[in-house]
Amino acid sequence: MNDFPLAAAEPLAREKIEEFDRQVAAIVRRYPPERKAAALLPVLRLAQESFGRLSPEVQQLAASRLGVSPARADEVATFYVMFHTRPVGRHLVELCTNVSCCLTGSERIWQHLKKKLGVGPNQTTADGRITLREVECLGSCGTAPAMLVDEEMHERLTVEKVDEILGRLS
Amino acid sequence: MSGGPRILTARWGKPDSASLESYRKDGGYRALEKALSMEPAAVVDEVKRSNLRGRGGAGFATGLKWSFLPKDVRPRYLTVNADESEPGTFKDRYILEHDPHQLIEGIAITCWANDIHLAYVYVRGEFARQTRILERALEEARAAGLIGPRLGGKKDFGLEIHLHRGAGAYICGEESALLESLEGKKGYPRLKPPFPAVVGLWGKPTIINNVETLANLPFIVEHGGEAFAALGTAKSGGTRLYCVSGHVKRPGVYERPVQQNLKKLIFEDCGGIVGDRQVKAVIPGGSSAPVLSAGEIDVSLEFDALKAAGTMAGSGGIIVFDESACMVRALWRITRFYAEESCGQCTPCREGVPWMEGVLEKLEAGHGERADLEKLDQLAGNIMGQTICALGDAAAMPVQSFVKKFRDEFARHVEERRCPFGDHAWGLEQSSRPALVGEVVY
Repeated sequence: MNDFPLAAAEPLAREKIEEFDRQVAAIVRRYPPERKAAALLPVLRLAQESFGRLSPEVQQLAASRLGVSPARADEVATFYVMFHTRPVGRHLVELCTNVSCCLTGSERIWQHLKKKLGVGPNQTTADGRITLREVECLGSCGTAPAMLVDEEMHERLTVEKVDEILGRLS
Repeated sequence: MSGGPRILTARWGKPDSASLESYRKDGGYRALEKALSMEPAAVVDEVKRSNLRGRGGAGFATGLKWSFLPKDVRPRYLTVNADESEPGTFKDRYILEHDPHQLIEGIAITCWANDIHLAYVYVRGEFARQTRILERALEEARAAGLIGPRLGGKKDFGLEIHLHRGAGAYICGEESALLESLEGKKGYPRLKPPFPAVVGLWGKPTIINNVETLANLPFIVEHGGEAFAALGTAKSGGTRLYCVSGHVKRPGVYERPVQQNLKKLIFEDCGGIVGDRQVKAVIPGGSSAPVLSAGEIDVSLEFDALKAAGTMAGSGGIIVFDESACMVRALWRITRFYAEESCGQCTPCREGVPWMEGVLEKLEAGHGERADLEKLDQLAGNIMGQTICALGDAAAMPVQSFVKKFRDEFARHVEERRCPFGDHAWGLEQSSRPALVGEVVY
């Protein structure tokens, strides 16, 4: 997969950029005027929500609004696991398999998810519906096993409960 | 299930407990009012008298930490560490969910005491729901004039509190990595000294405190530091939120005095071990804390007591393994976590932790040799103390302690050329059980 050539990329829709800029202005106000660069994480998050993923063009847009280099935006976008530089499915299913989750059955759920969706970790179903990921401790160890579906937490999972949650996804 | 004083969990589970109205009905923001009638230095003294120690992991005395701020440098900042991500730890999220105004009041008191006018709460990216709840609580507090241009609606003292949401990186719970992330960078820890109290956010003096630490402040101001200190030991005051997970009958968050006995917590508060099996091992303070074997758990959970027992109280995350769980599998998974989360800045950690993970994977698969046990110990020893931040140590300590205390089990994997636990490496009873969080059943 080649993400690099900027020229080949589809231009970002102007209305989307205008809305993005309005929201960037609100985010930047939370930081001292001379410290705009601090807003890079929330602005990248907003960019991802607005444009789907942090492609090089989207990174560049975010960087330009904060006066930081595209290299810095790329460095940040690739450091944090919640940022996606590559395409992901319409839904993101992220199961915790850390110790407390495994002690309460997460490994079984992980095997089930892989089999049911027919994908491995970090892969997307052929219909582009779901990307499956294994993630680290979500802070739900008392109510384990836990998973995030599109960034919302689901806890005390069983295989049946997971099936029900997946069934509700479009 | 009630067991002793409840400072932090008292309001959890009450209807609409996260709202300003409900918080005020229970006497909320009275402590801030009292603090504002005191000299800032007197508030700091009260915190020193309380013997409050940081609840994030290091257990450093909070009042002392504040006193490291240089006298004549402004601005100063407060950063609240809500990047709760040490495996086994799940307490701060419930403060944010059930009682966010308690935290906001604690922040306001801290800022008044230390002449701080800008505070950020760094919430881990995965806490979407908790972020929304805290954001709403902050809006309520602003609308009510509690924070903003006039703190507490009275003083000529402005305070802005903002949320800064992370994006998924365990390392950002390390205080200097957190500052980097807050400045809009990748989370590379900084060399210390200088410590953040002297050179912190944007190079300015910065206090970094954990959510649970700050949530104690309204109680300390309202009832006095001595009342808080009296709940604990000579050098450590108050209660702690113990997070218990794994093979216990009733996992959850238990507020108990700082010197709570670990065995009592497991067998009385949590109802003992699931299936009435024997306990095999307990991690007492988040997955980086050296493991305790069954014979070592009759111990106080207080910071210094656990240190004397060769481990640490850390973040209060207690993970319990029964006799049917495989210690090699557990250590492999723990080590994989630290390998995954190493930021890559220091070579011993970046290279050494994945190396240990590989050796453990081999052992668990039955392809290990006797010499691998020595190799693990040697690798851990070469990481320990050789890195900028404590993540290297955090990865080395479990390896050293598991290999030492469960050596026979590691050796069996070598001799039998397989995992003796077969398909049940995570125990015979891998099921989710209702949790007790404060007095709330989940």
